[in-house]
Amino acid sequence: MSATDAPAHAAAGEEPQAAALVGLGRPIKGPSALGSDPRRLWHLTWMLAKTEFKLAFFGSALGYLWQLMRPLLLFGVIYLVISRSKLAAGSHQPFYAAALLLGIVLFNFFSESTGGAVSCMVDRENLVRKIEFPRLAVPLSIVLTALMNLSLNLIPVLIFLLAEGGTPRWIWLEVPVLVLILALFAIGLGMVLSVGYVRYRDMRPIWEVVLQMTFYASGIFIAIIGLAPVRAFGTRIDLAHVLMANPFAALLEQTRHALIDPSYPSAVSAIGGNALLLIPIGIAVLAVLGGFLLFDREAPKIAELL
Amino acid sequence: MHEAAPPPIVVDRVHKRFEIPREHVSTLKERALHPFRRTVTDTLHGLRGVSFAVQPGEFFGIVGRNGSGKSTLLKCLAGIYSVDSGDIFVNGRMSTFIELGVGFNPDLPARDNALLNATMLGLSPREARRRFDSVIEFAELGEFVEMKIKNYSSGMLVRLAFSVMIHVDADILLIDEVLAVGDAAFQQKCYDEFERIRRSGATVLFVTHDMGAVQRFCDRALLLEHGRPVELGDPERVGNRYLELNFSEQARHVEELAAAAEGSRGAGATPVEDAAQQPDTPSPDGAAEPDEEEPEIRYGDGRAEIFEAWFEDEHGERAETLPGGRPCAFAARVRFREEVEDPLFGINIQNGRRDHLLSASNQWSEPRCGTFAPGEEVTFRVRFENVLSPDRYHVTPAVARHGGAWIDRRERMISIVVTGTHRTDALLDPPYEVQIDRGPRASARELVR
Repeated sequence: MSATDAPAHAAAGEEPQAAALVGLGRPIKGPSALGSDPRRLWHLTWMLAKTEFKLAFFGSALGYLWQLMRPLLLFGVIYLVISRSKLAAGSHQPFYAAALLLGIVLFNFFSESTGGAVSCMVDRENLVRKIEFPRLAVPLSIVLTALMNLSLNLIPVLIFLLAEGGTPRWIWLEVPVLVLILALFAIGLGMVLSVGYVRYRDMRPIWEVVLQMTFYASGIFIAIIGLAPVRAFGTRIDLAHVLMANPFAALLEQTRHALIDPSYPSAVSAIGGNALLLIPIGIAVLAVLGGFLLFDREAPKIAELL
Repeated sequence: MHEAAPPPIVVDRVHKRFEIPREHVSTLKERALHPFRRTVTDTLHGLRGVSFAVQPGEFFGIVGRNGSGKSTLLKCLAGIYSVDSGDIFVNGRMSTFIELGVGFNPDLPARDNALLNATMLGLSPREARRRFDSVIEFAELGEFVEMKIKNYSSGMLVRLAFSVMIHVDADILLIDEVLAVGDAAFQQKCYDEFERIRRSGATVLFVTHDMGAVQRFCDRALLLEHGRPVELGDPERVGNRYLELNFSEQARHVEELAAAAEGSRGAGATPVEDAAQQPDTPSPDGAAEPDEEEPEIRYGDGRAEIFEAWFEDEHGERAETLPGGRPCAFAARVRFREEVEDPLFGINIQNGRRDHLLSASNQWSEPRCGTFAPGEEVTFRVRFENVLSPDRYHVTPAVARHGGAWIDRRERMISIVVTGTHRTDALLDPPYEVQIDRGPRASARELVR
């Protein structure tokens, strides 16, 4: 411990010898989206998500019950109104209750993960500014927490479905894949929103409006198929085809087709053909790729911008 | 020169700039309404060409005043900020402690917080769980593991956070001084931990502006000023340089204020100067330091004049600042206009509160100095051991007739900064030694009686 002056009594700011720089351990490059160790990214994502999930349950004695109650209460109101309404023919579809609850639960997931991602970087300012870690862990953890909640919320959906007389089918195996795709889409949007919010604080109200529009335009409680066509630019436009361009709507439609009953149209038939399905797929891919590129570009600067 | 282990940290010509926008566009709406408006940015140079290498096992201090770039450097090292140019190499497992208990959540029990914190600091969740018992044991929190930490006392929190921090097993620790804020007991606890870490042989980078801590812990230190390295090496030397910078900056600032006061009668001060002003300084229009503003008070019959005065260090070189505890001298040149017999030469040293700390003259010396002719110039010197504590001092030199009348006395003609490596609330800081002699030990039986 008696190291005192550097060799040759280094003057202030003396430059280390260039030759000595070779093979000197790992260079420190500053923060990045992914970090150098994928395991660390996963560990952090997992720990952050788990903590957030636990907090929801520690917050109130009836934590788990609340988690279930929120979608169920919304479901109760919509179900009551729609099933008594002359306007909605949708309520006569088979397993309407389960289909409605599935829509609400999936939308909850979508809104929780993207809405939560908006301010996630700013909310975790003390982590971002005080510690080096792969920045992507933050928005990923938001989506992961939402996934945990989703898996809880899917339980009552199944109960409703089975109670209404539905039976387990092999095609149910498609559901986790669809949920995963939805999660990827949410991650893509989450990456854009989280870094966007760091620079522009009106991201939140904008996104709230978008979410609200999504809720009404995704066929959560009224079937989109069969909506009267719209006349525009001298042509007849099938509204369903337009609304299905939204990846969330397409995924919801396909999940109902797989989980609830084959009488619900698949995404392909809802949008009107394989070729048109490329639109929501393209949008989702764009969100994920563009989101990552944007996030990766901004990641090194987030700590300074906060 | 060539050691087997490569340096744990090598910093090579690191530059870091911050672009600070003049007007902050914080909404998309503004951006959309004014898509082509160029945001004017000010460039703030955080770091300008900083290079150094830290040796294995070294306790290395990074010191500097507020805004000198020391925290920026720490964040670059930690990988929180990316550097604009230059390289940083790290050899070994590094952990950053800018704040204790990063990510602690008050609503969770100690267990979850410790696991989360350890994961944030670089352990895998499995490792964190394995070390958890040891963390709790070290923190002496065994019975409170399941208690939410919002119900912890601050002492318990510190113990938990520190315990996690030292269980991360980093070879290289980056520690910010903000760790040691809080009440005295908290600070002591932190410093005790530093002492322990230091003994454990880890390489430590410690950012602070507390020179006492630097002296106490550091093997070497780097002094930054305006993002540039100014001094590297022995903590004592770095500490002296730091104090010198601090005082000279104060002096410069007072000068700037005076200049601004003069300038404000003409043109206003530029924004840059405004920004440089500390909030607690008096406005240029108001009275600045009365010492600096008041016209010089001068007494005497004018038979001689003191026309130059300065300080010299122990080597006889002119000095703006003097290190405490070293010999030094005050010198002044006097020109005689008329013949004067056996004049007295003397000085008087005061601090800012006008306490007299030293009065010296040749009044009692023999033989007397004799007669000086008109036109003759003399230099008189007062040599003394500098036992003044670090501060700024004002010197009043005087020439007087033997009977006592002033020939020339210039009140507070020059000032000098004395530097030191530790603060004291005393006026003087002479060399001293503290000795403790234990008496013979009383036997247990004697104590009972």
